[in-house]
Order: sequence, then C-alpha cells, then structure tokens
Amino acid sequence: MIKIKGLHKSYPMGKDSLHVLKGLDLHIKEGEFVSIMGSSGSGKSTLLNIVGLLDIHDVGEYHLNGQLIEKLDEKKAAILRNKFLGFVFQSFNLISYKTALENVALPLYYAGVNRKERLKTALDYLDKVGLKEWANHLPNELSGGQKQRVAIARALVTKPKVVLADEPTGALDSTTTDSVMDLLKEINDEGMTVFVITHEEEVAEQTKRIVRLKDGVIISDEVTNPKVLA
Amino acid sequence: MFDLDRWREIFQSMGKNKLRTILSGFTITFAIMLFTILLGMGNGLKNTFSSFFERDAENAIFIWPNRTTKAYKGFQSGRRIEFKNEDVDFIKENYPGQFTGLIRRNQRSMEVSYKNEKSNYQVIAVDPDIQFIEKASPVAGRFINQLDLNKKSKTIAIGRMVEKDLFPKGISAVGKYVNVGGLAFKVIGVFSDPGGDNEERFAYIPITTSQMIYGNNDKVDQINLLYNPDMSIEEAVAFGNKMRRDFKKRHNVAPTDQRGIRVLNRAEMAQGTGQVSGALDMIVIIISIGTLIAGIVGISNIMVYIVKERTKELGIRKALGAKPSSIITMILFEALFITSFAGYFGLLIGTGVLEFAAPRLEKYFIKDPSVDSGIIIFATILLMISGIIAGYLPARRAAKIKPIVALRDD
Repeated sequence: MIKIKGLHKSYPMGKDSLHVLKGLDLHIKEGEFVSIMGSSGSGKSTLLNIVGLLDIHDVGEYHLNGQLIEKLDEKKAAILRNKFLGFVFQSFNLISYKTALENVALPLYYAGVNRKERLKTALDYLDKVGLKEWANHLPNELSGGQKQRVAIARALVTKPKVVLADEPTGALDSTTTDSVMDLLKEINDEGMTVFVITHEEEVAEQTKRIVRLKDGVIISDEVTNPKVLA
Repeated sequence: MFDLDRWREIFQSMGKNKLRTILSGFTITFAIMLFTILLGMGNGLKNTFSSFFERDAENAIFIWPNRTTKAYKGFQSGRRIEFKNEDVDFIKENYPGQFTGLIRRNQRSMEVSYKNEKSNYQVIAVDPDIQFIEKASPVAGRFINQLDLNKKSKTIAIGRMVEKDLFPKGISAVGKYVNVGGLAFKVIGVFSDPGGDNEERFAYIPITTSQMIYGNNDKVDQINLLYNPDMSIEEAVAFGNKMRRDFKKRHNVAPTDQRGIRVLNRAEMAQGTGQVSGALDMIVIIISIGTLIAGIVGISNIMVYIVKERTKELGIRKALGAKPSSIITMILFEALFITSFAGYFGLLIGTGVLEFAAPRLEKYFIKDPSVDSGIIIFATILLMISGIIAGYLPARRAAKIKPIVALRDD
C-alpha cells in the first residue's frame, strides 16, 4: 500500500538546510496497523506529511497504492488525498462553524458527491463512531474525545486506502485516548490500513507494528507482541 | 457555472461569520453611499447654477443705450444716448449672417385690465423674434407675428400668469379685449416662459403699434439679437465686442466709456459659467474618486484579513481534498457577492438620502440632486473588481500554501 525507498527530505534553514529524513525504506502492506515512534525532531511528522501528500520529498521513491508519486501539483495531490487518504490530526482540525455532520460530509463535497448522498453517508459514519446523536452540534459543543471521533469519521467517509493519524491522542486524557485507540483498532480490524504517528509508548503498543525513527533514520521495525494482536 | 452546493458553502461561510461579512459589506456600502451623495450634491449645485441661465436663449445678446460718462468729440459727459429704428437697420446691413434673430424692445410697466380685474404688468413692445429670445411658447392662440407689425394692430400676447390674474377660471383670454393703458387690445395668445411666474407676467405687443401710439416716434429702448449658433463661444464674444465698438463709434461715445453703450452677451456669461461648472465638476470628481479609493483600500484590507483569518480552515479543506481552484473560487465568489450586494445597498441608501434631503437643500443652492445610474453601476463594478483583485491575490497565496503550513498556523 505504501512503499518508500531511499527517501530523503531536507528543509532550507536560512543558508543551511536541515536534513530531516536520511534515506528511509519502509513498506506498509494493506490492512496493517503501523505506528511511527520517535521523539520530536526525529522526522516522524515529516514522514507523515510526505506519506499524506501534504509535502513533497527530495530524493527517493514513494508508491501510494501502487502509484508512483512524482511531480505532484496541488490539484493532483488534492485529488489523491481525497481519494486515498484520510487524516486525523492532533488538534482535530474541525471547521468551527460547521456541525459535526457537515464536517464529516465535507470530504464528500470535494469528491463531488451530491448533497443528499453526502449527508446520508456522513450520518452513517457518525453513527459508526457513536455520535449520531451529536450530528447537529458544533465542534465547540463536543468534548475532545468526541471531536476526535468526528475527525475519524471524517477521515473514513471517503473510504480511503489509508488513514493517517498524527498524534491522534496527543490532546486527549488517558480514558478518551483508549476509546480513540479502540476505534482505530476497530477500523483496522475491518481491513483499513492505519498509520499512526506518536511519541507515546502506550499508544504505539496498541498497534501491530512499531517503526522507530531517530534522527531521520529507522532504528527498529518490529511486530508487537502477539498478545495485542489477538 | 452556477453550482448550488458551492453557493451553499459560501452562504454558510458568510452566515456563520456575520460580523466579518457585515464589516466588509459595510465598507462598500459606506463608500458607495458617500459616492452617491457627493455626486448627487455636486449635480444639484450644477443644476442650480445652470437654471440661472436657462430662462432665456443661450445665444442672446442685449444692447441698450445709457448716459455717457465721458466727454468725447465735443459732446459733454452725461448725454443720454438713444437708439432708433435705424440702429436696427445698421445691424441688418453690417452683420449679415451673424445673427438669426433681431428685435427691438420697448418695455413699460402699464396697467392692464379685463372687466373689473386690473393690475400692472410689464408690457413689452417687440418684434416677433422675441419668443425665441425669451424661449416663450404659446399655450393658447398664437404669438404676435409680422402681420400684426405691418398692420400696427392692437394685438397683445399675454403671459400665463396675466391670464390667471385677470380672467376667471376656465375662461380663455384668447379673442377677448383687454384694456392696456386706456386702449383696447385684442388678446391673440397666451404663452408660457421657462423664466417662471415673473416672466409669465409679461405681455407683448407689436413694436410698430407701440411706436405709433406712444409718442409717434421710432425710438428703441433696447435691441436684442440671437447670434448665429454656429459661432463658437469665442467668435460670439468677439462679435459682441465688435458691435459694442461699432455702436460707440456710431453714437460718438468714447471708446473707454463703460456706460454709454451697454452690451450683455450670453456668450461671455457662458464662458464664465463653463469655467465655474468645470471647476465644480473637478471638485466633485476628485472627492468621489477619493471616496472610491478609500472604499477600495478598505475592501482590500478586509479581504487580506479574511484570507489570513481563514488560512487554517483553508488548510483543512485542502487536506480533505479541496483543489486550489475551488479555494480561490470560494473566496472570490464570497467577495463578489458581498461587494455587489453591499454596493447596491449603499446605492439605495445614498439615493434615499438624496431623495429625502432634496426639498431641504434648495435654500443651499442644491437643486434636484441626482446621480446618473450608469456612474453608480460603474462605481459598484469598480469596487467589485477591486474586491476580486484584493481577494484574488491573498486567495491564490492561500491556495498555494502547503496544507501543513496552514494547519500549523494556530
């Protein structure tokens, strides 16, 4: 599903440039539940941005769903993001003046689905994350955990190939963290590829495969204990 | 082009951000309102100004004699100059083709009565061309004509107000006889005059009749003529000046004597009014452009602010699959909608204010303040274009920003 070979990325910092990713090789197959671990500055967010087509890499190859990603203009990237990727952010990134239902329906608007269909599908997904009752509430009327579940519903609504979660529990307390992780696991059980970025051990331990990054290189890549897998 | 979903998005964004929408709309409304009011007031001033001059023909020249103030060629100062019929003949002979109307004019205040009603009016003995100089037009009957002059008939054309004063309501004066200074004159017509009530209390009789009855001489109080309208203003001014010189020579008036021969030339006044109304135009244009520029700067600022404020939202939309073009159109359509709606609203308020204030402004020399709708549409379109440009540049920048950068913007 995601195939990365010799990936490099550096950011210009004044005269110098900051070399963030120093030759990554990573292969994530369909249906995997992978977490990328690393302290801040390890390059994990950069990796997610590149995988999420929010940023472009300098050197190396990146295949998403078998398609080589190169010379991507904004328009193409937008279409691919809409089609293949679902995002879950640490700070939720819901649009504040739209209701939960409208937020979930928004990716379908950009996919060109008609309004009736959109709202129906969005409501199904809200139901799936257990927030059907909250469909017409604005984000500021929801708790952090609820917001993140709305965001997850939004990430799923276009039936993407991969869900990318950037510190999805970073802004949540431990109880809600568990409920959000349970939801991600559930999605994964249904066959969705889930790609989580985190710096929390407890979160990483709940995934099926942990890739550790340090200073822009992968230092370990291991399948977690079968106990969690079961 | 019309996409209901897109408009739904735009209306939601406007509706949910009312303050922002109202503020940006207010700038436009205010600018267009001020623009309308200023332009209307300026036009009102100009209307007043030109109405001072529209009561008589624009190409009239009036010549009349007076007392001299300087001794010249053996004549003492203080001599009274008099015009006679031969002065009119002199004009006919010496300036052929340079005028289209020429009249003698002897004006007296006389008592005019019909049955028991009587009053004093300006009874003016004239040649028929007077109607073109005064811009008088018959509302009933006819004006005095050459035949009346030839027959020296006792006929009279009276102004609308004279008829109204002397005749009972519903009775036409035409064909009736009125008593003018003791003699019966037949009313042959009633006329209206753009000079208003004052000039509609005039009555005209044939000059030949007057010269015969009152003194049996050929004196002329005043000569009026219409210079050939093909002349430019400058040529007409020169023509008037040449007549003044020729008449001074003819009547032995010192060339430097300001009073012996008086010439009032509309062309000279037109030169003056042209300058004044040109200056008024300039002032109005400068102020209006200033107002519009203020409006343009205002909307530009607000659009930059709006895009800045929405950077994060736009980043989210992009992460969810919004193409750059859909980001740009969303912002531009919003700007376009707000500017056109607010501009129209400003126009309504502005014209409303003008309408409301118009009757109160006449004492400040502002008459019929109104604005050409074409200019207002032009101004609104200008503001819309500037709203679009002001919105487009930041919108394009926002559409180009990488979503991660926009999302980081907390």
